[in-house]
Amino acid sequence: MVTAITSRQCRAVLGRLAQTVPVLFGVVVISFLLTRALPGDPAAYFAGAAADADSIEQVRESLGLDKPLPQQFLIYLGDLARGDLGQSISTGQPVASDLASRLPASLELTLMALLLSCCLSIPLGVMAAMRPGSAIDHLCRVVVTAGVSLPTFFTGILLIYIFYYLLGIAPSPLGRLDFIYLEPDRITGFYLIDAAIARDWETWTGALKQLILPAITLALFTLAPIARMTRAAMLTALSSDFIRTARAAGLTERKVLFVYAFRNALLPVVTTLGMVFSFTLGANVLVEKVFAWPGIGSYAVEALVVSDYAAVQGFVLAMAVLFVLLNLCIDLLYTAIDPRIGFDAQ
Amino acid sequence: MNQSTPPTALDESVLSEAQSASNDTGFGAHLLYVLRANPVTLLAFVLFLLIVACALFGHALAPYDPLATSAGDALQPPSAQHWFGTDSVGRDVFSRVLVATRLDLSISIAAVALSFVIGSILGGIAGFWGGWLDSVLNRILDTIMAFPLFVLAMGIVAALGNTIENIIYATAIINIPFYARLVRAEVNIRRDAGFVRAARLAGNSKLRVLVIHIFPNALPPMMVQVSLNMGWAILNAAGLSFIGLGVRPPTPEWGIMVAEGANFIVSGEWWLAVFPGLWLMIAVFTFNLLGDGLRDMVDPRKRT
Repeated sequence: MVTAITSRQCRAVLGRLAQTVPVLFGVVVISFLLTRALPGDPAAYFAGAAADADSIEQVRESLGLDKPLPQQFLIYLGDLARGDLGQSISTGQPVASDLASRLPASLELTLMALLLSCCLSIPLGVMAAMRPGSAIDHLCRVVVTAGVSLPTFFTGILLIYIFYYLLGIAPSPLGRLDFIYLEPDRITGFYLIDAAIARDWETWTGALKQLILPAITLALFTLAPIARMTRAAMLTALSSDFIRTARAAGLTERKVLFVYAFRNALLPVVTTLGMVFSFTLGANVLVEKVFAWPGIGSYAVEALVVSDYAAVQGFVLAMAVLFVLLNLCIDLLYTAIDPRIGFDAQ
Repeated sequence: MNQSTPPTALDESVLSEAQSASNDTGFGAHLLYVLRANPVTLLAFVLFLLIVACALFGHALAPYDPLATSAGDALQPPSAQHWFGTDSVGRDVFSRVLVATRLDLSISIAAVALSFVIGSILGGIAGFWGGWLDSVLNRILDTIMAFPLFVLAMGIVAALGNTIENIIYATAIINIPFYARLVRAEVNIRRDAGFVRAARLAGNSKLRVLVIHIFPNALPPMMVQVSLNMGWAILNAAGLSFIGLGVRPPTPEWGIMVAEGANFIVSGEWWLAVFPGLWLMIAVFTFNLLGDGLRDMVDPRKRT
C-alpha cells in the first residue's frame, strides 16, 4: 500500500521536530546545573580526588569556572556543539570518544533485550486478551506483577548462579566475548553484526552465548509493561464496534484478530515501548555491572567510584539525548503507522 | 469553563455513589468486603504488616549483632544456627537482612514523602492558578521526564555527594513529576466546580479553598500512587547502593548485600546474594500488590 505524504503529515512531522528543541535545551540546562550550581567547588570535582591546589586552580581556569554563570553556560554550549564533553580522569581520553566506543555494546544488549521481550510479551498479552479470565490471563497477570517487582541486578545474579554455576551451560559472566575468541573487526561495533559480516561464525556463537544471559535479565524486567499494555490495548480494540462489524461480515477469526484488532492495538504498544526504553537504559547500568559488560553503563559506574565527574555527567547527558531522540523516532513512526495522528492536537 | 463538563459530572457521580455505598455499610465493612473478594490484596496486607514489624522491631528480633564479625564462621551455608548462612567475614546474613529493613524502608518512605509534599504543592498551584505558572511547571516536569530516571538519580547523587540523604533527595526528585501531574489534573478539573464556587462565596480565601476543599479530593488516587511508588523507590534506592552510591559497606542494606554477595555467586556461595535479594523482591512485590488492591478500592473502573 502506497500512502502519499500529505502536507498535513509533513506539518505534523515538522511540528514534532520543533517540540524536541525545548526539551533538548532543558536537558542541557539540567546537565549544566548538575555540574556547576551545586554545593562544593566544581573545579575540585573535575580535577579529581588526587588533585592539589595548583591543579585545581588550573582546571578552574581551563573550564572557565572563574567566570560568571551565564558566560559559563555559553562556553558549555560551545563545547557541546563541538562534541566536547570534557576529559575523563580515569581513562585520560575525551569523554565523548570513550562513550562512542562503548555505546555499541550497550545498544546491542538493550536492543537484543527489547527484541526478546517483545517476542514473548506481545503474544502473551494478545492471548490473555483473547480469553480474559482464562489460565493464560492469570499467568499474564502474575508475570506482570512479578516482573515489575524484580530487581534487575538480583535476577542477573540468580541467572548466573543457575546457568553458569549449577548447570554450567552459560559462559563465565565476564564481558562481551570469551578471551579464546578474537574481537571481530569493528565496523558497526555490534559483535553479532560484525562477526556475521566477517563470516566468523565461531565468534558469532561465542558473542551470542555471552549476550544471552544479560539480555534475558533485561528482557524479564521489560516484559511486564509491554504485556500489560498489549493486553489492555487488545481488550479495547476487541470490544470496539468495527470488530463487531468485521465479525458480523463473516471474516475469519484470524483476519479479525490480526488484521483488524492487532493493528489498532499496536499504537499504544509502540508508545509504551518508548517508556520501556527509558527503564531499560536505567536498568542497563545495573545489568552491565553484574555481567561486567563493557558498555557505557559500567563506564559510568567505574567513573562514579573514582569520582570521575566529567565522565558521569557526559554519560547522563548522552543517555538523556539518546532517550529524547528515541522518543522522537517513535512519534515519527507513529505518523507512519497511523496517518490520522497530528501532533499539534496534543 | 462549563460547570457540568462530562468528566467532572461522571467523577462526581461515581464519587457520590462510592460515598453512599460506604456510608450504608461503613468503611470497615467495605474494606472487609474488598479484602475477602480479593485474597491477593489480603496477602499483600499481611506481608505489609510483617515488613513494618521487621522495620520496627528488627533490631530487637535479630539473633546476632549484624556487624559482629567472626572469622571462624565465615561463609557457612544456611543452618539451624544461621538461617540465611554467614558472609565472608562471618556475619549472620539473617540478622543483617532483618536489620536492613528499617534503613531501606526509611529511605523510600522519606523520598516518597518528600515527593508527595513537593509534588502536591507544585501540582496544586499549577492546577488551580494555571497560566504561565502551569506552563513553566509543565516544561520543567517534561525535562525531568526526558531523562532515564535511574540515570538522572545517579547524576544527582554524583553531583550532590555520596550520602544517604542525597539518595533520598535524588529519589524524591525523580518521583516529583508523577505526583505533580496527578494533583494538577485532579485540582484542575475541580477548580470551577459548584462546591468550589460555593466555598469561595462563603468568604474563603483561594488558598483555603485549594487546601481544605479541593486538595482532599486528590488524596485517593494519590494514595494509590504512593503505594505503587514505594516499591519503585525501594528498588531505586537498592539499585543506587548496588552500584556503590549512598550507603557505606559495613552498614546492612539490601542493595549492598546483593552487591557483596555477587562476588561469591560464581563460586557457589549463593545465600549471600539470594536472601537479601529475595527479601527486597518481596518488599517491592508487597507494595505493588497493595497499590493494585488500593486502586481497586479507590477506583473500581480501572481494574484490569
